[in-house]
Amino acid sequence: MSLVARHLEANGIPTVVIANARDIVEHCGVARLYFTDFPLGSPLGEPFDADMQRRVVAGALDLLESATGPRTTVEAPDKWSQGEAWKAKVFSADQPWKEKGGQAEKEWLEKKELYRKLKEEGKL
Amino acid sequence: MTYVRYIDKTRDYYLREGYDKPYRWAHFEDAPFAALKMPLADSRLALISTSEIARRSDADQRTPLEKGELGNVYTIPSDTPLADLYSHSLSFDKHATSLDDVNAFFPITPLQEKVAEGRIGSLAPNAIALFNAYSQRRTREVDAPEVLALCRADAVDVALLVPV
Repeated sequence: MSLVARHLEANGIPTVVIANARDIVEHCGVARLYFTDFPLGSPLGEPFDADMQRRVVAGALDLLESATGPRTTVEAPDKWSQGEAWKAKVFSADQPWKEKGGQAEKEWLEKKELYRKLKEEGKL
Repeated sequence: MTYVRYIDKTRDYYLREGYDKPYRWAHFEDAPFAALKMPLADSRLALISTSEIARRSDADQRTPLEKGELGNVYTIPSDTPLADLYSHSLSFDKHATSLDDVNAFFPITPLQEKVAEGRIGSLAPNAIALFNAYSQRRTREVDAPEVLALCRADAVDVALLVPV
């Protein structure tokens, strides 16, 4: 997604990215990142917390307006209500990202195969 | 607690899982920057998402994978009723959160509110979505130009990008 943001910026369209994976977006380098320190999948905040989602959108719009140069990161002040235990667990051995033999792992393997096939056909 | 270093975490995780080559995340020294040309209150904003957002009312309910798609760009009308939207994605921290509330990853309702308040001029008639291509070259050379063309076709002034 950062690559798309960069392409839009290079062609004159100002962007703001709202993301949970601060290191990945900053490693690539975008104009404006509104970083929300929440689990992957909830960039706008907690499901069914409309007020939090409103605050995140408002913060991102403020950043869109206020940034004066590239690689401007602002961190949203909101915190995940159930604490930060999820941070130590994500991508750890005792909490697999994809359960062995589960749907996500199956889909991942199928995607890898599709990627290989499309690449062979010159479509990627 | 400081933020999660996903580049380090995923590298270690996939090495343990038996993958031999660590993924090389895109990296650039510089970053392009475009300044706003007009106040946000006069600007048209496009929402751009990699959440595999889909419509329940579409005849074709296959997942992107079932359709054989990687990296494809598509649009979702911005006035699609919230109840019609959902995500196919399995790529999120399912131990910590869910994709049950569309606005937590595809903020269409808060954006509509910002238009009603006058904070944003308007929303582009279409939100733009794209699937993860697993190919940075494909994203740079095919998908990103397609997103730009869609933005230009809808006279978009600014974009809000939300990866999942």
